[in-house]
Amino acid sequence: MPMLTPSAPSSASAVPAAGPADAVPPGLAKDLDQRRKGSANPLWKHRALYLMILPGIAYFLVFKYLPMGGLVIAFQNYLPFLGFTGSEWVGLDHFVRLFSEDTFFLLLRNTLVISALMLLFAFPMPIVLALLLNEVRTKVLKKTVQTIVYLPHFMSWVIIVSIFYVMLSIDGGSINNLIVAAGGEPVRFLTDPDWLRPMYVFQEIWRATGWGTIVYLAAITSVDEQLYEAAELDGAGRLRQTWHITLPAIRPAIIIMLILSIGDIMELGFEHMFLVMNSLNREVAEIFDTYVYTAGIQNGQLSYASAVGLFKGLVGLVLVMLANRLAKKFGEEGVY
Amino acid sequence: MSTTTATRRPSREPRPGRGRRPSPGRRAFQVINVVVLGGFALICLIPFLNIIGSSLATPGELTRRAFVIIPETFTLDAYRYVLSTPTVARAMGVSAFVTIVGTFVSLLLTSLMAYGLSKRYLRGRRTINFLVVFTMLFSGGMIPTFIVVKELGLIDSLWSLILPVAINAFNLVIMRSFFQAIPDSLEEAARIDGCSDLGVFVRIVLPLSLASIATIGLFYAVSYWNTYQSAILYINSSEKWPVQILLRQIVIVATGLNADANAVDVVPPAQSIKMAVIVVATLPMLILYPFIQKYFVKGALVGSVKG
Repeated sequence: MPMLTPSAPSSASAVPAAGPADAVPPGLAKDLDQRRKGSANPLWKHRALYLMILPGIAYFLVFKYLPMGGLVIAFQNYLPFLGFTGSEWVGLDHFVRLFSEDTFFLLLRNTLVISALMLLFAFPMPIVLALLLNEVRTKVLKKTVQTIVYLPHFMSWVIIVSIFYVMLSIDGGSINNLIVAAGGEPVRFLTDPDWLRPMYVFQEIWRATGWGTIVYLAAITSVDEQLYEAAELDGAGRLRQTWHITLPAIRPAIIIMLILSIGDIMELGFEHMFLVMNSLNREVAEIFDTYVYTAGIQNGQLSYASAVGLFKGLVGLVLVMLANRLAKKFGEEGVY
Repeated sequence: MSTTTATRRPSREPRPGRGRRPSPGRRAFQVINVVVLGGFALICLIPFLNIIGSSLATPGELTRRAFVIIPETFTLDAYRYVLSTPTVARAMGVSAFVTIVGTFVSLLLTSLMAYGLSKRYLRGRRTINFLVVFTMLFSGGMIPTFIVVKELGLIDSLWSLILPVAINAFNLVIMRSFFQAIPDSLEEAARIDGCSDLGVFVRIVLPLSLASIATIGLFYAVSYWNTYQSAILYINSSEKWPVQILLRQIVIVATGLNADANAVDVVPPAQSIKMAVIVVATLPMLILYPFIQKYFVKGALVGSVKG
């Protein structure tokens, strides 16, 4: 396993002064150590623990922090055979190019429009569904509905997009069959640019709404029963109880989810859009996530694509921190 | 571990106090609510039923009927064809390998690291925790990660589907909170009896957390089975395609099985083949789902509840 190679040198440094105590069994060694020095060096005392976290640290260094360092190629003309160190430095050239191209505004528009639609339509859905589920008295019914609506969450985007692809297809897709049977004209859902955004948002809602209720349902169960009883005595109906008791109770959960969604405004995710995108709807479908792939992997412009990715990532980071700060300012707990 | 933050809350019966004397308005609301929820559940379910039903229907029925859920005559032709091609079986094998090996590697690395980080006396723990959480907020992104994977010589190796995603920071944090919930006194007792740190982990902590480790294992297994992005980035040769890639090729790009067209004499229509492939790729998840769903909900909650 190649992964072990980078961890080898660091394992030596995490276990300093492997002295003669090496020969005695670990438990005894610890005792001896403590007796000898009084309080032992904490690094040495917990060497087993450090050894246990070492592979994990190596993972994060190699596959998370090394790529972060690799972002320097956004400021270079990176050529694989010259490497990170040998490639020519070009400063902010790639960023200048990105911001001066028409593509940038296309990407920004597509990304922001879909994010806005997501916040508007997809974000409230789990809250509504959780509130509705909360009003169900029959336990079996509630469990059944929950089991069914959680299911799409476990399906990959390939499976979901494939299912809808077959159903929405123009020749023989069930939905178009129904439209034709009802006397309508077949709709080119899959290729018509006007249909891309509704289709995308619908698929997101279809996949995530059920699973999204879990957080809110958990928050609802923590509401004190007496509040409802008191409200009932005061003559509050169901709607008012929901408005004045349940919703305020789940507000922290809503705020946290909102912060996370705002942080993802620039990052819609690669897989879903990549799968629904084709040459006919590309003009509304191409977002930053897919463009990094198109420019970097398909067109081989590794440095330029990294610059696009870095821009997207930095904006996302700033957005999360801003949303978090804002939430705290309004007296909420925040995420980080 | 069942004594987690999420489950400590007393589970409550549906509110007995509310609506003791249901007024007509409330009854109507209940009925509407059930109808709305039922509608939502149906919307979630119908695409699956439509695909499964159509995959079992005869070509004639598919062209005749607009929307098939229960076919009039059942046929397994599409499945016979799909399973007779070496492509699908091979892709299922690749996915199974990646899922099994990947889940094992991920669980090993995640649980070891989570246990270490769950110890408050571990020096440097805060720094490492921060570095882990930071990766959830910012990452090098697709291209630099691709270059690292390439430089490590993992391109076109199945390990490229496993190692770059071996630890999920979110799962790590969940598991850490599982471990933190184990009372310290248990470990101290074991230590007095002469257990080392590793001994405590293997003999005390692991057996106590089997349920939660299984939960995280299922999280990983699902994500490995669903692996797609890594595969289009790192896998070049078609014989190493996991099933998700093949599925896209067959259904959306509409190629992939063409090479095997002479595998059986009669080729069923493209539509039913597509559906059969979707069902075959979905089946492992569908079969496992009823068993794993409750664990998933538990796992999702631990991550979302603070403390």
